[in-house]
Amino acid sequence: MTMTPVTPQAAVSTVPGLTAPDPQPLSDTKTLTLAKAINEGLRQAMLDDPKVVLLGEDIGALGGVFRVTSDLLAQFGARRVIDTPLAESAIIGTAVGLAYRGYRPVCEIQFDGFIFPGFDQIVSQVARFHYRTQGAVRMPITIRVPFGGGIGAAEHHSESPEAYFTHTSGLRVIAVSNSQDAYSLIRQAISSDDPVLYFEPKRRYHVKGEVVPELGAPMEQAAIVHSGTDVTLLAYGALVPTARDAALAADDEGISIEVIDLRSLAPVDYTVLEASVRKTGRLVVTHEASATGGLGGEIIATITERCFNFLESAPVRVTGFDVPYPPAKLESHYLPDLDRILDGVDRVMGRR
Amino acid sequence: MIDFSPQLVQLLSIDGERMPRADFDPWVADLDGAALLALYRDMVVVRRIDTEATALQRQGELGLWPPLLGQEAAQIGSARALRSDDFIFPSYRENAVAYCRGVNLTDIVKVWRGNAQSGWDPYTVNMATPAIIIGAQTLHAIGWALGAQRDDVDSVAITYFGDGATSQGDVNEAMVFAASFQAPVIFFCQNNQWAISEPVGVQAHRNIADRAPGFGIPSLRIDGNDVIAVMAATRIALDRARTGNGPTFIEAVTYRMGPHTTADDPTRYRDPAELAEWKTRDPLLRLHRLLTALGEITPEVEAATAVIADDAAAELRAGCIGLPDPEPLSVFDHVYTAPQATLERQRADYAGYLSSFASAEVPGER
Repeated sequence: MTMTPVTPQAAVSTVPGLTAPDPQPLSDTKTLTLAKAINEGLRQAMLDDPKVVLLGEDIGALGGVFRVTSDLLAQFGARRVIDTPLAESAIIGTAVGLAYRGYRPVCEIQFDGFIFPGFDQIVSQVARFHYRTQGAVRMPITIRVPFGGGIGAAEHHSESPEAYFTHTSGLRVIAVSNSQDAYSLIRQAISSDDPVLYFEPKRRYHVKGEVVPELGAPMEQAAIVHSGTDVTLLAYGALVPTARDAALAADDEGISIEVIDLRSLAPVDYTVLEASVRKTGRLVVTHEASATGGLGGEIIATITERCFNFLESAPVRVTGFDVPYPPAKLESHYLPDLDRILDGVDRVMGRR
Repeated sequence: MIDFSPQLVQLLSIDGERMPRADFDPWVADLDGAALLALYRDMVVVRRIDTEATALQRQGELGLWPPLLGQEAAQIGSARALRSDDFIFPSYRENAVAYCRGVNLTDIVKVWRGNAQSGWDPYTVNMATPAIIIGAQTLHAIGWALGAQRDDVDSVAITYFGDGATSQGDVNEAMVFAASFQAPVIFFCQNNQWAISEPVGVQAHRNIADRAPGFGIPSLRIDGNDVIAVMAATRIALDRARTGNGPTFIEAVTYRMGPHTTADDPTRYRDPAELAEWKTRDPLLRLHRLLTALGEITPEVEAATAVIADDAAAELRAGCIGLPDPEPLSVFDHVYTAPQATLERQRADYAGYLSSFASAEVPGER
């Protein structure tokens, strides 16, 4: 092989035909889809800190398969919006090296089920560098993951892998449920000096909501999204709206449900959760991920340890089953829905 | 014009004779007798440190040690070619590289004594701490190099790994990324012939250096026991990276004369004749012969070098044995950069538990 200088095309390429849209960040309250809210949060983070760079598959000209990174390449260029080869371990491992050099990388994993080739770099490297080096090396990496089902997708496109990451010390894990949190928490995740797994409820990407360009409450805090006195219903991600619907339906039957949007899956905000359970005496946890070894079991164990004398009945999990994520025509049987959540509520109420 | 052909590059013969080569010689023209003697001294010292660390393991002072015996030229020749602002992403055997970077000798063994998961602050020496997952560090080098590229500086990332690592996905993904982004990075593969008990033939049916061109990365296959060839190749690769010409792959053909680690027993899988054959290619031996011919080696020089090496060994031993055990509650330190509620509760609980033994022996303490 002879030494032929190669033009670093990938690193400096520009996209013909694309012009930069209005580069102004969000300045007042707007109604945005959840996907657009993340986009605006990314834009603001990139404006705030030149060390924020994005890496992922198809995130450039295409704007990501869900368009979450739309127009960011045109605004910030290919040095900061990096379309990568199709290799998840390398996306994460490269982010580690960028973080080593003082960058603040945001990785997009295209679909939940594609995170596993990058699992080793996340669990063995990203999560541990700060501990391994006794605080010398920080990993301010955000890993964005569209997660969950309900979109009729092919296999590996509907998974809920969050428990693998909540089980891993060194990571912070977030799941957003609405446009405001999507905007605020992506900015908080990026500015965190710890690595953050940021789970996006892909079937809610197109749901609109009001967004104020503010950081809001710290991302570790859970939010009470519907007050109640009889049952604490804990949800996160795509199931939060479902849980709220369940609360409204139960109101009609005279059952008062307090719905908590967990927001942070690691650490769990037990302050809010314990206070609620001490008030209601009953707990239902719902998630799309399968039951065994899931976050629901961990939360219920902890609440049982801490609030045993306040519990009126055994806490209940309403979750996906211990099966691989099923084919699209079966997913309605797998996914917790309003009726299954209400069935769980009936069980903690002793009504069946 | 450098010839990136697959022939083994050798600039110093087993007999200690310089082998002229027009394309490589200009890169090492500055290596006069004094410079070669300095490289030799490095190699003697790191071999002595390595021997001492093995002894410390045998005496129960270290839990484990990965010897570099036989790989001194590959590590010293490459490390001494670097600038201080270049950044090194090693595996776990690059103790000679760490020595060249000025890592405190005690810090090198901290991890092997079990006092910490790594021994030094990478930013003080521009060298990452040992990576134990095989090949994972190659990707970190790519990211660092992309950062240097974005910072518009000409610093270079170099990553060390072995022949076994070339089978890992991460190493191959790193080569894809390096080529795509023309990252200023050097892949420095020490082919020491053995991945624990698996000979290199299990990893590769062709020379490892042959793989890189398929990724679009020029490669050099060099005699890794020839410190002059190693330095020349590393300088060539550094120059390519600094001038925007992207990655280079170097296969340094060497030999792990010792076990994989002190927990390994190579007599179970390795023909002693092979070791005997490689002993004739010892990297120190041939440089000693050259230096003798150049008149640089005298009894005084030998004695002075031995003193430096023995002093280093003594410093290592004293430092190792003097390392205090970490405080029990430090098990919770540095998991996060800021307090994390779940962990803080566990810390408080365990502190309370420990304090309940206030006047007695603390559980877990030896």
